[in-house]
Amino acid sequence: MSKKVASSQSIPFWRDIRVLRVVSQILFLIVIAAGIWWLLNNLQTNLKACGLKISFGFLKNTAGFPISEGLRYDPTDVNGYAFWVGIVNTIRVAVIGIVLATVIGVVVGVARLSSNWLVKKLAGIYVEVIRNIPLLVQLFFWYFAVMLTALPMVKNSISLPGSIYLTRRGVYMPWATVTESFSTWIFYVIGGLALAIIVYVLRRMQLKRTERPGFPIIWATTVLILTLVAGWFITPGNPLALSVPVLGRFNFEGGLWLSTSFTALLIGLSVYTGAFIAEIVRAGITAVSKGQTEAAKAIGLKNMLILRLVILPQALRVIIPPLASQYLNLTKNSSLAILIGYYDLMNVGTTIFNQTGRAVEMILLIMASYLTMSLLTSLLMNYYNRRMKLVER
Amino acid sequence: MRDNRQIVHIIKEQLRPPSERIPVIRWLKQNLFNSWFNAILTIVSTVLIVIAVFGLLRWALGARWEVIPTNLKLLLVGTYPAEHLWRVWATVYLVSFLLGFSSGSHGGLMRRVSTVVASVSVLLAILPFPWGTRGWLLGIAVVAAVGFGLGHLSKGIRRCKRLEIAAWLLSFPISLVLLNGMEGILPVIKGRTTWGFMLNLIGAVVGIGLSFPIGVLLALGRRSELPAIRWVCTAYIEIIRGVPLISLLFMASIMLQLLLPANVRPDLLIRAMMTITAFSAAYMAENVRGGLQAIPRGQYEAASAVGLNKALATILIILPQALRLVIPAIVGQFIALFMDTTLFGFIAILELLNITRSIMGNIEWRGTIFELYVFIGIAFWILCYSMSYVSRRIEKTLGVGER
Repeated sequence: MSKKVASSQSIPFWRDIRVLRVVSQILFLIVIAAGIWWLLNNLQTNLKACGLKISFGFLKNTAGFPISEGLRYDPTDVNGYAFWVGIVNTIRVAVIGIVLATVIGVVVGVARLSSNWLVKKLAGIYVEVIRNIPLLVQLFFWYFAVMLTALPMVKNSISLPGSIYLTRRGVYMPWATVTESFSTWIFYVIGGLALAIIVYVLRRMQLKRTERPGFPIIWATTVLILTLVAGWFITPGNPLALSVPVLGRFNFEGGLWLSTSFTALLIGLSVYTGAFIAEIVRAGITAVSKGQTEAAKAIGLKNMLILRLVILPQALRVIIPPLASQYLNLTKNSSLAILIGYYDLMNVGTTIFNQTGRAVEMILLIMASYLTMSLLTSLLMNYYNRRMKLVER
Repeated sequence: MRDNRQIVHIIKEQLRPPSERIPVIRWLKQNLFNSWFNAILTIVSTVLIVIAVFGLLRWALGARWEVIPTNLKLLLVGTYPAEHLWRVWATVYLVSFLLGFSSGSHGGLMRRVSTVVASVSVLLAILPFPWGTRGWLLGIAVVAAVGFGLGHLSKGIRRCKRLEIAAWLLSFPISLVLLNGMEGILPVIKGRTTWGFMLNLIGAVVGIGLSFPIGVLLALGRRSELPAIRWVCTAYIEIIRGVPLISLLFMASIMLQLLLPANVRPDLLIRAMMTITAFSAAYMAENVRGGLQAIPRGQYEAASAVGLNKALATILIILPQALRLVIPAIVGQFIALFMDTTLFGFIAILELLNITRSIMGNIEWRGTIFELYVFIGIAFWILCYSMSYVSRRIEKTLGVGER
């Protein structure tokens, strides 16, 4: 009996939890590493069979395919630059889409809580319809059905007020173009910005010293606008000119051209994501307890002011984390562009793959680009989130 | 004493609250015209609704709806050979029988779902389909009713519950064998990448079914105390969630064969399923992790106090509670996955959305693009909306958030 007790005092190593933990982790890592090694080994054999070798040298070769929109680009440029054009196009559609989706989402989310029965129901129908139809179906609808079938040819385009023309070739709208005197005016822009920053910092320090609340950003913007306006009048000739699209012989000339696929993608993404953001906004607003609204009403604030001063600052804390993931979703969803012919990074990436046959490298590049964008967005959002977080005792 | 009571009674009679019914005009005033801003909103949105409804009606009445019934078989099951269509029906029957059986033995939400399925099939049978199709459709209701009866009878028998769960689990492989065929049992049907809407359904069911266990493991791994396991799981989840599905599909279509030995060449559909499973598992893991985090520490401590080790505590105590919490999230995931199956078209699989383009390309059906997209939209909408309705009901019956 006593012998048994003695032996159980020193635990054998195969039952020692400390040893087991280390061993199990090492085993796990070995299994994972073996799996990866197996895959990589297969890859090497397969690539050898094709006579390929992984290298990113092809990025320095001439691309040779056209990209119809985005940065200035020529088919004689290199693959690497073409991919960069794609990345910028993705960012372009994502950023504008995020802005539009946020506007739609906030408006619809507030409308869902409106005291107006009709508006509330309409907003509810919008959300329920949009959220339950696949994004790709919606994108195809906007692209193939609306942009390419329902819209008229250039000759009988639909014109909206403000010289905006909807045609089967895309949307044409007025846009500011740079004139010769812009290079002079740009100094005022830089100066104004510098001045605004100085004013912002000084005002903020002053507010902090006197321990009073305030909005230094308003001061800064005023200074900036004043500088810009002053510069505009001092500079000989207008630095920016409005270019209005005019129907030429075959097509519109001047103004800003948004391609059909860009427009369809932008509308589709913002309408789709807007519905999700609306739900987030609604949830955020309802998360603010009713007593807050009632208290604000009791001290005589009007509805708009209650929303701006009492509800939104509190609701934003609930709203921001899911909002960030919606922004990320929108960015990732913009990869569907490839199915409607917009030259985003996915589309350019697959085109480069088709031209060069570099599967592994292109996939690595594409995934790395999306991961970087996701990471940057979430870092930014985390930073903002930390600033907005409730400071507790 | 009695007098007092009488007086109370009389007072109650006299002071009865005013009737709750609000006259129409007052309702309008309260809900639509309670301020000048709301009045403007009401008028503007009424005008918009009228314009939209009239436009839609005018279009819908003039549309060539015959494109849908004519191509219905192509849309729903694609190139599935007509002489084997009974296998599709058999799968549908299997599922509706099980639904009926469960509704008979449980009642509640299940009963409502199976009632809806049966009544929809009867309603569809009234529509002017060919007589054969109508018979098959009516059969769904009959099978569901038989299942209901059997389920009701089985209520008292104890062993039936296990049998029922086993039948549900077995129905997945049986359905797949039925649809695809298997050497020696049923002839294998060729060209399984062109099955239309059926592929969307199969993709979603297989994706969610396979990704569920993987997702649970990943979630447990991410919360593991062993750093190596935690890091690997976290890296997998975050990488998959950081890239779009379409880039994974692209990888599956061009790179997977490079990563596998030369003699292993899975076909497109298998690759698509693998991708969507790998993709969905990462999201599933995050859902399950949400559930795990909601379980209070006391549960772990109580489990170890009664002498359960880590593994047993997780399986017996933690997971059942955590998974119950995340059922709505899993249904949501299922809906998202179902909608994501439309991306299969990107790797040349003819699911509903992609097979529609072949109809649009047909000269006979030129200009029916709106009809087809509206049909697809409605089909997805009905299925997704009813699933999210069911999930909301489950949420209520489980009392999530009330614990």
